[in-house]
Amino acid sequence: MATKASRAAARLMISPAVLLLLGWMIVPLSLTVYFSFLRYNLLMPGDNPFVGWENYQWFVTDTSFTAAMVNTLLLVGGVLLITVLGGILFALLLDQPMWGQGVIRIMVIAPFFVMPTVSGLVWKNMFMNPVNGIFGHIAQGLGMAPIDFFSQVPLLSIIGIVSWQWLPFATLILLTALQSLDQEQLEAAEMDGASWPARFWFIMLPHLARAITVVILIQTIFLLSVFAEILVTTNGGPGTATTNLTYLIYVSSLLQYDVGMGSAGGVIAIILANIVAIFLMRMIGKNLDA
Amino acid sequence: MGRITLNNVGKSFGAVEVIPPLDLTIEDGEFVVFVGPSGCGKSTLLRLIAGLEDVSGGQIRIDGADATGLPPARRGLAMVFQSYALYPHMSVRKNIAFPLRMAGMDKAEQDRRVAEAARVLNLTDYLDRRPGQLSGGQRQRVAIGRAIVREPAAFLFDEPLSNLDAALRVGMRLEISELHERLKTTMVYVTHDQVEAMTMADKIVVLNAGRIEQVGSPLDLYRRPRNVFVAGFIGSPRMNLITGPEAARHGAHTIGIRPEHIRVSDDETCIWKGEVGVSEHLGSDTYFHIHMAGRDEPLTVRAGGDVDLYHGDTICLKPDEAHIHRFDEKGHRIE
Amino acid sequence: MARATAPARKALTTAIAGTLAFVMFFPILWIVVLSFKSEVDAIRAPLQVLSSGWTLDSYGAVQERSDYFKHFWNSVIISLGSTFLGLLVAIPAAWAMAFVPGKQTRNVLMWMLSTKMLPPVGVLVPIYLLFINFGLLDTRIGLVVVLMLINLPIIIWMLYTYFREIPGEILEAARMDGASLREEVLYVLTPMALPGIASTILLNVILAWNEAFWTLNLTASRAAPLTAFIASYSSPEGLFYAKLSAASVMAIAPILIMGWFSQKQLVRGLTFGAVK
Repeated sequence: MATKASRAAARLMISPAVLLLLGWMIVPLSLTVYFSFLRYNLLMPGDNPFVGWENYQWFVTDTSFTAAMVNTLLLVGGVLLITVLGGILFALLLDQPMWGQGVIRIMVIAPFFVMPTVSGLVWKNMFMNPVNGIFGHIAQGLGMAPIDFFSQVPLLSIIGIVSWQWLPFATLILLTALQSLDQEQLEAAEMDGASWPARFWFIMLPHLARAITVVILIQTIFLLSVFAEILVTTNGGPGTATTNLTYLIYVSSLLQYDVGMGSAGGVIAIILANIVAIFLMRMIGKNLDA
Repeated sequence: MGRITLNNVGKSFGAVEVIPPLDLTIEDGEFVVFVGPSGCGKSTLLRLIAGLEDVSGGQIRIDGADATGLPPARRGLAMVFQSYALYPHMSVRKNIAFPLRMAGMDKAEQDRRVAEAARVLNLTDYLDRRPGQLSGGQRQRVAIGRAIVREPAAFLFDEPLSNLDAALRVGMRLEISELHERLKTTMVYVTHDQVEAMTMADKIVVLNAGRIEQVGSPLDLYRRPRNVFVAGFIGSPRMNLITGPEAARHGAHTIGIRPEHIRVSDDETCIWKGEVGVSEHLGSDTYFHIHMAGRDEPLTVRAGGDVDLYHGDTICLKPDEAHIHRFDEKGHRIE
Repeated sequence: MARATAPARKALTTAIAGTLAFVMFFPILWIVVLSFKSEVDAIRAPLQVLSSGWTLDSYGAVQERSDYFKHFWNSVIISLGSTFLGLLVAIPAAWAMAFVPGKQTRNVLMWMLSTKMLPPVGVLVPIYLLFINFGLLDTRIGLVVVLMLINLPIIIWMLYTYFREIPGEILEAARMDGASLREEVLYVLTPMALPGIASTILLNVILAWNEAFWTLNLTASRAAPLTAFIASYSSPEGLFYAKLSAASVMAIAPILIMGWFSQKQLVRGLTFGAVK
């Protein structure tokens, strides 16, 4: 199906999408880069002089930048660790024969559909609040001092909330991948005398490797942008204990109105995300024999 | 009417030449089969005729008029696809009527033609079913029905039987041949199965790597293959091809002899002598795969069903000299 | 091959999996419970909460106090609007790439996906300033456009994978049968792709409904969808557990139901076909 007429029609039909995405990518992106070289604060009207790398210098040397980078890494790494390991276990478990599989599966997946602001607030108030939260009540019932999660272990609390949201995603992807494993392969391995751990290690895990990589890459893209959960729980605090890169940029641009500084941060965030994206795109590309 | 002429028609995908420029004439009412191994360009050639691909060069004429630049729908041809390509969301009736609906034919005439096609193809009871509820053979008939209602100048078939099981394939083969007898419309049929080609064609076009190796009637090709490729491709089991001293004795680089032209001799006068490897006793016939000194490939021999020889037996063979085909170093036939 | 499993083992797996599933689902279950309690009962210890009386008061209070339905409609309009606008652009593009693939198709597709990898915070400043300049801040139309653009790559990608499953021969058959391009798309492609299109709509409505970066940063109150509406409950002085629960249940219920129907599409849509 490749005649000149159909190719011309195809070009015409694809152009609106291409133009829209091109506009969406190029206009804001070039503005971000442009702003990042200006001294530009909405609170200080006047001209916006070109200042070279000054914004980047300020942004990177600020102590909150280091904190934000560390927090971002811990947040992404912690959530990945929990969701991938938990996801593998859940997937293996849900792949076993059991009664009420459909209902159980739905219950496990449900948290993914809860909007970030709701899960942030629900965990913060109904569970982690030291006085009225369930964890507090349990601690009191056991005669222990309740933990004030957001002041004692703020980042860990955020990691917990975000993991709760993304564990279903990892489970679902890995379960789908596991179910696509040819049962005869496992039976053949069993005939060959492989024990369950051997079958898991030599057959299931290699089969899952690809899906695990996909889970890691896609989650990383989304986890770098975690925002709402922080906004509704800790506002980045105490201090900068839960400020990640996304939140730091939000603070400098929309709270401190420092357009230049926020833009410099934005450029850094884009570069970071692109490093992950390159690997992800390569994986997707391999699968695409268009 | 349905005379199709290809003048110097070629096709390249980028730098790869799939079909070097070729000439071919398909006469009105003829049943022409394109046959060749997979990847030989036979389907591409059919798609060029259909207009589903642009030619890279040359001219296609249908009934004398230049059709090279025409879109598929305006060439007056109908096609039956390998996967049947039925519209899964439409009933059989709507599938068959679709080309008529696209042509803007009035409803009464549509119904009449669909009913007629359904009667001819034994589909009347299935008209309100969806393709998904039909068997492979029935789907095939719906695809044919969709083609015949248009009363096209020619039918194009792209390996239409390859998705059917063996028994159905034989039945459908007969049905398509009967259809051709009745309609007398030009049919161009692509297959990789040389049995289909032999049994159905008026004219066979053997293709290899985009090139036409030979054009002729089935028996022409069987009796006088123009080169080693055609010799090896047409006929089942394959012709035995022998090189070396035995060929030189006949003044050729390669000689070929079909399994059915080698007799098992009952006396001790051997021309060729060998040991039976595998023997396949079909009852009516027996196929022997015979190992001979100095030959890597076994020699295939077809004998009567009453020859009782088995693995390991020594066998004496007499080739029928009148049926030995001789070829030169380039593989061309020596007369 | 279904192998017979010993009932004892099956019971054990069911018990373990059921417990873990209950733990995962518990927070959702708990806010449903709290939403039917009075404010006083809602902050008691769990067992006391369960034994206290049930009431529908909180649901009424949420609507009265903060005009829940306004925000609900904002969510509906923004998620449906952005999805349908996206489909309008995406269907022709996906058709072109699936059925008339060229040398550049693969690159175009990959490039479209790469726009999805752009971190939103990287373009927060210019988008915010553009919204101020064009008077789009806190408008539904502004959010519809932005969410359409951020989800467009997913919509195109999903449609592309669904379209590719339709054998090209069927469209060729239509072409041989005399169908024009418009008729081919209208009578053959669209009816055949209907389930795929429906799944695409489903997943994108979910994603748009839960989007919480742009909706929080580009709205104040007028156009605020449920994500932003719930965020307004984060201030301590407005904190009432029962009302927060009721508001949350109403915000997530529609999407939870849709989500249960879209598990398969979720995998396809969010992994861009890398996991099947």
